Formats: sequence, C-alpha cells, structure tokens
Amino acid sequence: MDITSRGLGFVEKICRFCGDDAEWIVRREEETSPDHGYVPDERPIDLYIRNGIINLDKPPGPTSHEVVAWVKRMFGLSKAGHGGTLEPLAV
Amino acid sequence: MLPVALENATKVIGNIVHSGKTYVCVMQLHGPVSEEELRSAIKMFEGRVYQRPPLRSSVKRRVRVKTIHRIQLAEFTGKYALLIVDCEAGTYLRKLCHDLGLVLGMGAHMRELRRIRTGPFKEDETLVRLHEVSEALYRWKEEGSEDLLRKVILPAEYAVCHMPKIVIRDTAVDAIAHGADLAVPGIARLQSTVRRGGRVAILTLKGELVALGKALMDAEEIAEAEKGLAVKTTRVIIPPGTYPRRWRRKQQ
Repeated sequence: MDITSRGLGFVEKICRFCGDDAEWIVRREEETSPDHGYVPDERPIDLYIRNGIINLDKPPGPTSHEVVAWVKRMFGLSKAGHGGTLEPLAV
Repeated sequence: MLPVALENATKVIGNIVHSGKTYVCVMQLHGPVSEEELRSAIKMFEGRVYQRPPLRSSVKRRVRVKTIHRIQLAEFTGKYALLIVDCEAGTYLRKLCHDLGLVLGMGAHMRELRRIRTGPFKEDETLVRLHEVSEALYRWKEEGSEDLLRKVILPAEYAVCHMPKIVIRDTAVDAIAHGADLAVPGIARLQSTVRRGGRVAILTLKGELVALGKALMDAEEIAEAEKGLAVKTTRVIIPPGTYPRRWRRKQQ
C-alpha cells in the first residue's frame, strides 16, 4: 500500500478509536511524499516514543506527579506530562 | 487512568486535561437513607453545580461552576453507593460525595475513586499498567525488540481523534510549523464537522498532527472557497523543518 493510503488509513483508525464518523469533504486528491515525515505508527522507535502517549492505569498511592516522574526517568526523557491530576489514592 | 504524554506529545496533553472525564466512585454514607432519597439527591447534582475545591487540591480554592452531565447509581447497599459520574474537567468527586451527604443530612464521604475515561481515552485494550511499560522497555533495551513498546505507547495523534480534522498538502506543512495560519489552497480534505470559531486539528496526508487551531470558516465554506484563511493556528506540534520549506518571505 502506498504511503498516502497508509496515512489516510491511520486517520481513519484514530477516528474509529473515538467513534468519530463525521463525513469527509475532499477538496483535492493529493499524494504525500515518502521523503519526509512518517505515518505516526511507522515512526522510528525513538521518534515514536518522543511523540507518544501512554494510557496508564495509575497505581494507588503515588501522586500523579510522581507517576509521571517515574515514566520520564524510565525512558530518560527531558519532558513528560499527564492528562489531569488524580489524587494519590485514586486509580 | 492517567494518560501520560512523552516529550513532544506534552504539547497536546493540555487538550486532554481540559476534556470531559468519567469516574466510578464509592461513596460511604454516615447514616441510614432510602434509595429513593438518594436518587432524588443525586438528581439535584446533575447539570450546573457550584463547587469549592477541597482543602487538599491543586487549584485556587474559590467557588467554581462545573457541569455534571450524568450521575448513575450503579449499586446501593445502604452504607455504600457506587456512582458512575460523567462530568466536566476539574469537577472534584470527593467534593460531590461530601455535598451529597450534606443534602441528605447524615453526611457522606468518598471511599474509592477510579477514572474510567479521560477525553478520548477509555478503559480498553490500550490501558496499561506500569509494570507492562517497564517490561516493554526491558524487551527493547535488552532484547532489541520494539513490539511491546509499540503496543504500550500510542501516537500522540490519538489525543485529538475527537476533534474536527483538516488534512493538508505537504507544501503547506512547513509554513504552519513556523506559526503561519492555514489558507484554503493548502487543504486537501476536511471533516464536515469543522465549524467557524471551533477548534480543529490540522494533520498531514500521513496522519501526523501538525498543529491545533481555530476554524475561521465552516466546512462548506472551505469546500467552496478558492482562497482566504481557513484556520488560525493556535498551537504548533510538528517541529519546523520536518517538511521542506515551500514559502518565501515577503520582499522587504
């Protein structure tokens, strides 16, 4: 499959992930060049990690901030963040 | 559930922080109450409610108005009530339990809390535990296999899957990456849900998130127009230089 079909297939996949079935309007049929950028799930692993999100099942006990700090250290990243604080005992 | 964004993906996590949440919570009641009384008290907390953040909270403690879309009483044993609450970002469930106790008269508090939805992220096959993350990392580092890591991590693009989307041509990408607004000729395809004034996600034809923005036209207008600005860029995600530069500075 060519890169444009794989790219648009990826867009379709994320739409399905959250039940977005909105219609598409095609302004112009256009191809994308394989020379730059990547289909997100085909990114080389280092880029894949640095543009990634983990849907994490938070353990009870640590603060949200502590959990993020652990993940950041495990991967040796310079930045990490979370999608809304949970109190320490919440999961 | 706590979605964690890595490095460049932290730029989209604000989108998730401010999106709707669903919780399952166990409320302990401090005295006897009938199911009927409890149900009618719960009804009073659906809709717009005033809420002062609890003592131990990470925001300023002034009264805020929050919308609670739905409270479902999933189970009731007399002493404990299991609630499923669908609400706006920043609603404190500990406070909701306390306030329900006040309305009922005998008092109540939150015993346990689990978040089961954060914006587009739910409790499904994508939800992973910390030990699965460390196992995936180990497998990659020690055994050279990326397979588990690619299962444990989702591309940041998943965080915008619920937004109206606009897919642009390769030639338009680098200008947006430098902060320019999106003009109509740069657009390849778009969803019919794009509305003037609403937030949109700008993607490449490969599906990469370029930027977030505010639509300046409705979808139908964009489909018909020959030129003009379609989106005001509010947050650039893709690093400049990812795509070749195809724009020129105006002559001074």
